[in-house]
Amino acid sequence: MGFAHASSFPCPPTTSCLFPPHPAWLIPHLVHRFANPARFLRIARWATPLTLALGLVLTTAGLVIGLFFSPPDYQQGESVRIMYVHVPAAWLASGGYLGLAIASAAALIWRHPLATIAARAIAPVGAAFAAICLMSGSLWGKPTWGTYWVWDARLTSMLVLLFLYLGYLALSAAEGERGNDRKGAAILALIGAVNLPIIKYSVEWWNTLHQGASVSILSGKSAMAPEMLAPLLISVAGFSFLFSAIVLMRMRAMLAEQRVEARSRRLAEAVA
Amino acid sequence: MRVKAKTQRLWLVVGAMTALGGAGALALTALGDKATYFYAPSDLAGKPMPTQAIRLGGMVERGSLMKSGHTVHFTVTDNARTWPVTYEGILPDLFREGQGVIAEGRIDPVSRVFTADTVLAKHDEKYMPPEVAGSMRKVEGKVT
Repeated sequence: MGFAHASSFPCPPTTSCLFPPHPAWLIPHLVHRFANPARFLRIARWATPLTLALGLVLTTAGLVIGLFFSPPDYQQGESVRIMYVHVPAAWLASGGYLGLAIASAAALIWRHPLATIAARAIAPVGAAFAAICLMSGSLWGKPTWGTYWVWDARLTSMLVLLFLYLGYLALSAAEGERGNDRKGAAILALIGAVNLPIIKYSVEWWNTLHQGASVSILSGKSAMAPEMLAPLLISVAGFSFLFSAIVLMRMRAMLAEQRVEARSRRLAEAVA
Repeated sequence: MRVKAKTQRLWLVVGAMTALGGAGALALTALGDKATYFYAPSDLAGKPMPTQAIRLGGMVERGSLMKSGHTVHFTVTDNARTWPVTYEGILPDLFREGQGVIAEGRIDPVSRVFTADTVLAKHDEKYMPPEVAGSMRKVEGKVT
């Protein structure tokens, strides 16, 4: 009792968990490269403060330029400034879910010790960004559309994204408490990935109240004036670095927690 | 040759995701325009007039807006067909001619006029400062 969840660090039976890595882990080199917690921690040690600093500087710059120095819109007036928070939050909520799904797939297929931790680290951050996206969009919708909320395809699929995050968090926490490897949560994360193309193309597949995309990264097209696009892109970069920094911090904390648990487990076994 | 467990799991996940994607695509196809938030005037043409409340969307046709007291009359166009709308109430700030609009209401079976209970302004994907919009209008004015 209490120490039943020994398998949250799945190791090949004859090797130690942290080092040296089992050769089989290094075979598809790219995927496995960061799967080793020791190597991850070495990289995260300098990557965390770097991404955090970049995130804070760029987010501040993007928001200050966007909120105070960029022009108002010819239709929306000053409420266009909500975009500098709304759009980065929306992109990161979707991008974060892609990361959650990829990490969950890696956890299911290769049983990487770090994959589940990455997924668990991403989920609440992505959920927070999805919530920010929905709330800021709602505040923009009232003055622009004349309503806080409608059930069109874009708004509904974005709300579903938030619920998927919350579902992942609840299921993962429940499975973690029971001491198993959170397989159900990983499967839920993968199933939910179907929603990502629906969010992206909802404004093209159906008539929606939400407008179509103004900026296309793939084709490099933009229906936005450059003096608005520049702060938006700075803000997106800043939010992305902040997202990475928070995820890295959470992953390091979870790894430290696991190490403490493993140590106290060993101590308890030595006493027994 | 014995297939490794992780290779097996890889194909299982790939297969399951493919099946899921296919199922999703089928579901979305079946859903069709039932997930649509509004109908354009062209969507309504040639079909039996819906008796229940619907949403009609498109552009407010330039020069069509008429106000009499609290009642407004305007025409919604999708550049192919138009539909007359009447509405009594407060219009959203962004409501103007040449801009997107979504009206919620019913079609009068006799006069075919759409009587709206709610009018929402639809924003397009263009973002620009007022000066740019102003000079663009000037250029457009010279051309036409």
